[in-house]
Amino acid sequence: MSTSRTILICSGKGGVGKTTTTANLGIALARLGCSTVVLDADFGLRNLDLLLGLENRIVYTAQEVLAESCRLEQALVKHKQEPNLALLPAGNPRMLEWLTPKDMKAIVSLLEAKFDYVLIDCPAGIEDGFKNAAAAAKEALVVTTPEVAAVRDADRVIGLLNTQGVTPVQLVLNRVRPKMMSTQEMLSVDDVTDILALPLLGLVFEDEQVIVSTNRGEPLTLGASSSPAAQAYNNVARRLQGEDIPLMDPAKARRGLRAKVRRLMQTKIF
Amino acid sequence: MTLKDLIDKVLGRQPSSASTAKERLQLVLAHDRSDLNPELLEQMRREILEVVARYVEIDVEEGDVSLETEDRVTALVANLPIRRTISTSS
Repeated sequence: MSTSRTILICSGKGGVGKTTTTANLGIALARLGCSTVVLDADFGLRNLDLLLGLENRIVYTAQEVLAESCRLEQALVKHKQEPNLALLPAGNPRMLEWLTPKDMKAIVSLLEAKFDYVLIDCPAGIEDGFKNAAAAAKEALVVTTPEVAAVRDADRVIGLLNTQGVTPVQLVLNRVRPKMMSTQEMLSVDDVTDILALPLLGLVFEDEQVIVSTNRGEPLTLGASSSPAAQAYNNVARRLQGEDIPLMDPAKARRGLRAKVRRLMQTKIF
Repeated sequence: MTLKDLIDKVLGRQPSSASTAKERLQLVLAHDRSDLNPELLEQMRREILEVVARYVEIDVEEGDVSLETEDRVTALVANLPIRRTISTSS
């Protein structure tokens, strides 16, 4: 019996942090000792290589593996600092018509034989790119932000995943701004989980360090960074591993009398 | 509703943008999930009222048919105040 877990990381809307989540989670899982592969299913506009700092090392893709013009081992790009992590781009940006759900299933089953975790970075949208990427998914993480458009699109994706029988589907709420939540100028964590009715696997605060780490091509979870986002992604990895770690409380991110009053104002009265 | 919402209401202030966002989302998702556009919903509302009006006298102005969602389950909720039952036996 295979104990490998294949997890689709998707969002519907673009720019909410799918690829950042995939990169950080991949590194975090690898650092926990799990052999992990991140599969960039967004081969038209692939960026996972860039976030992992592996953009100059891609020679082959899943495409060549399936065409049997190279071995799987040759196509896997091993991460320099974290050898437990490998990257596999699904395809070449020039071949836009290539991937089908059948190809996706074939490549994922090859990866499942070798890795503890297969993380699939899904393209934005709910059209063919999504359908291909989702074809081989067993579980899913839906990444969203506390904004109306992102939540609406996440809801569409959750509907599609439910129809497809993907389970469990869990939520990562990204780019949370505790200050705006405390003044009720941003949807609260409860608002989003009420609306989407998914278990919350992770809560990631808005963090400038994410941009800095992207600039360098070194995911935050790679170093001993104690930045809030690094901590949050590490926590998501450990929860996936079955550890019981409490979620960060946005209200507690701010201290003092003012924050106390704000918390009081958020009390649900009916 | 939170304490802040209540205070805003009492003072006649604009509700916080988060509560507006939540209300708007709930409405748009009810439509997204059921694949019913407002026009179809309105047509259905009229037809439901027609059927119900054959049996009981209802306040057409007060009658309300809307979509509500909770835990990803969308329900069609009709709230139709009855004025009196139309007797059909006589």
